[in-house]
Amino acid sequence: MSGAIDPTVVNLTVFVLAIFVGYHVVWGVTPALHTPLMSVTNAISSVIMVGAILAAGPRDIDAGSVIGAVAVGLVAINTFGGFLVTKRMLEMFKKKEPKGGGKG
Amino acid sequence: MTANQLALWYLAASVLFILALKGLSHPESARRGNLFGMVGMAIAVLVTLATTQRVELILVAILIGGAIGAVVARRVEMTQMPELVAAMHSLVGMAAVLIAIAVVNNPAAFGLPDPIPTGNKLELFIGTFVGAITFSGSVIAFGKLAGLGKKFRLFSSAPVVFKGQHLLNLAIGLAMIAFGVIFFMASREAQWPPFIVMTALAFVLGVLIIIPIGGADMPVVISMLNSYSGWAAAGIGFSLNNPMLIIAGSLVGSSGAILSYIMCRAMNRSFFSVILGGFGGAEGAVAAGTEQKTVKSGSAEDVAFLLANAESVIIIPGYGLAVARAQHAVKEMAQKLIAKGVNVRYAIHPVAGRMPGHMNVLLAEAEVPYDQVFEMEDINSEFGTTDIAFVLGANDVVNPLAEEKGSPIYGMPILEAHKARTVLVNKRSMAAGYAGLDNPLFYMDRTMMVFGDAKKVVEDIVKAIE
Repeated sequence: MSGAIDPTVVNLTVFVLAIFVGYHVVWGVTPALHTPLMSVTNAISSVIMVGAILAAGPRDIDAGSVIGAVAVGLVAINTFGGFLVTKRMLEMFKKKEPKGGGKG
Repeated sequence: MTANQLALWYLAASVLFILALKGLSHPESARRGNLFGMVGMAIAVLVTLATTQRVELILVAILIGGAIGAVVARRVEMTQMPELVAAMHSLVGMAAVLIAIAVVNNPAAFGLPDPIPTGNKLELFIGTFVGAITFSGSVIAFGKLAGLGKKFRLFSSAPVVFKGQHLLNLAIGLAMIAFGVIFFMASREAQWPPFIVMTALAFVLGVLIIIPIGGADMPVVISMLNSYSGWAAAGIGFSLNNPMLIIAGSLVGSSGAILSYIMCRAMNRSFFSVILGGFGGAEGAVAAGTEQKTVKSGSAEDVAFLLANAESVIIIPGYGLAVARAQHAVKEMAQKLIAKGVNVRYAIHPVAGRMPGHMNVLLAEAEVPYDQVFEMEDINSEFGTTDIAFVLGANDVVNPLAEEKGSPIYGMPILEAHKARTVLVNKRSMAAGYAGLDNPLFYMDRTMMVFGDAKKVVEDIVKAIE
């Protein structure tokens, strides 16, 4: 056996391990919070923005960087929308004051 | 910043994403979890931004998109969450396709060799078609959920089926893969045509696989598209050799897959039968064999009297309740009963809403304390010792036929409302639920129906409880 490890093999290793982590973490999520789970995973998948930023990054602006900038804008809707709507939902799950408290 | 430093920041962000999901194991830790997610995302975006040369262009794009997202997040109604989530899935899918186009256009911008190495090309192909299917599928799902079916038949919540549908899908799928292989083999000059054809076919396929799925199966579809959007992100991560994208994508992908599984199990449907579609079209159809059976019906005052004199009440909310916007009235009713010393609890079936966990959010919005809200497994054993089960706008999820061999819904897990000493049911009419089945629960001696709009009925009950 010789030679360097192909990046694809490294990627595959990360991929498989991440699926295991995801599997165990997600089964631990309480069913009452499945909707926030979905909106927060949505926000997290917008980390794809990293790719869009690279596409929009080069100094010379060409078709590719315009497409990249558009992608950044689209995904940013998701990033902000996803995290903020999750926040809004989770605020609702705050423990209520016994009586008289609540919202003012 | 060196490549190693960048990778370490990405590692930190990945850990924060895992912690974000971990936080959701309890409502108390969930807000902190969400904060971890935001910090992780900020790290990921900022360190990437630091490596580029067009910061201002990118910041403008982030600001525009971010502003739209913030406004939407603030304004959206909780009943519209499924539509919002579908719309957001479509954005991730579209972004994956756009990024793939940019990679084919200029691999050097991503630190990839030009021409693109074959391994990355294969992954690019997978990321692109999963992204394209996610996009067009989510657009259709959004249309179905938003009730655009009247304007465009493609968005009809009834399944759109035609002869040879599955064969056509299979043919398109195979053609898509074939063009992917051509793209995979093509030289740098010849790679655009197969790439474009492949992407176009994936867009068409996304539409075709979602249109046959009916309204009742929407919770599965949303979860499935959630999963796809994650795999698309992971695919792009593979092609860019970016472990953070792979980790985040896999987390999302497995989360969506697990939610799909949970939803299928709750409806007693196999994943494949949902995907093949054609179910849930007979919405509102009255099942055969209802002629001779009689139901007992009562007024809101009768219900109020029974509730106020009970020791324990379990409320079973269904989506009908949310449609009537009766959550606040229900919470008011529950409060009055609790003040009278009645033990009031809520029982939630996993498919009570239109997406996983939807009903919990709708109740939380009405400020129902979450410690009064119980999941099916936790409360089913309690019905036998409960005075009153009050079913509001639910039908199939309390249908005892699910326990009878040979019935179409045999095996579907239900809330065992029929075991309570008295069953109260609010419905608008005697129409059957999504499954198109009659519900024996309504005809039991111990059952009293109260017909009418859920909000109106519950408000009348509130007035009558004194």
